Amino acid sequence: MRLESRYRWLPTPFRSLLLFVVWLLLNNSVSAGHIVLATIFAILIPIATFPFRDPQPLILKPGLAIKQLFIVLYDIVTANLQVALLILGPVKKLRPAFVKVPLDLSHEMPITILASTVSLTPGTVSAEVYPIPESLPEGEEPTERFLLIHVLDLADEEALINTIKTRYEAPLKEIFQC
Amino acid sequence: MYSEWIVSILLLIGGAFILIGSIGLIKMPDFFMRLHGPTKATTLGMAGVLIAAMVFFSSTQSGISVKELLITIFLLITAPISGYMLIKSAIHHKLKAKKGTKGLDNVEDD
Repeated sequence: MRLESRYRWLPTPFRSLLLFVVWLLLNNSVSAGHIVLATIFAILIPIATFPFRDPQPLILKPGLAIKQLFIVLYDIVTANLQVALLILGPVKKLRPAFVKVPLDLSHEMPITILASTVSLTPGTVSAEVYPIPESLPEGEEPTERFLLIHVLDLADEEALINTIKTRYEAPLKEIFQC
Repeated sequence: MYSEWIVSILLLIGGAFILIGSIGLIKMPDFFMRLHGPTKATTLGMAGVLIAAMVFFSSTQSGISVKELLITIFLLITAPISGYMLIKSAIHHKLKAKKGTKGLDNVEDD
């Protein structure tokens, strides 16, 4: 995990890239003027706002991040179809459950991304990360974390935990190197 | 007019998924199961509507229109967060889950 960028003038390279793209998309144009303006904003805004923020881990494997993005997009489409079928099918057959998934990730940012992925994909909604920080003694870091998820139709708990860990968590660990 | 065909089909698919998501809201027996419809089925529905908008504006106006991609990105970021806030407050208020829900002892008090 690395929190600091290599260049001081570019503290958060991916946020800069995002700002650049969002500016061009908002204006719906790739004219020279907008590209210059977008570049200026993409460099100045992160420098101006960096001191207010908690440092977040940087994406260290951009190629893998893009691959993971497409895997998740594909999963969102299949999950949508699955959930649509489950909703239209008989309600009595559903087997709802709460499942605790042990987490290997340690930083909030990757955990947030994992929780969001889990919410958008196969029949699960993430509910809580245990232990809750407020319940711990002041200044103590939790040694072990769990993600509590609600499953709409649980067939096999072990298999579900395995899928989440290998398909979504392992790539995140790799991307952020933590 | 191929684009009109594409737009209509995409709108129908998008509308169908949003409808299914809303049916899920009515049909499901408890709060936790109701959350699954809006967090998932509607994502694809909105994607269908937005792609339809992209195709429509690209074919009727000069140049392609990609603004809609932004809406998709913001939706993908905010949908899980709002779902998370809802389920967190539901747990905090100790809403009853449907009888037979497994793993209820995994839920800790806060």
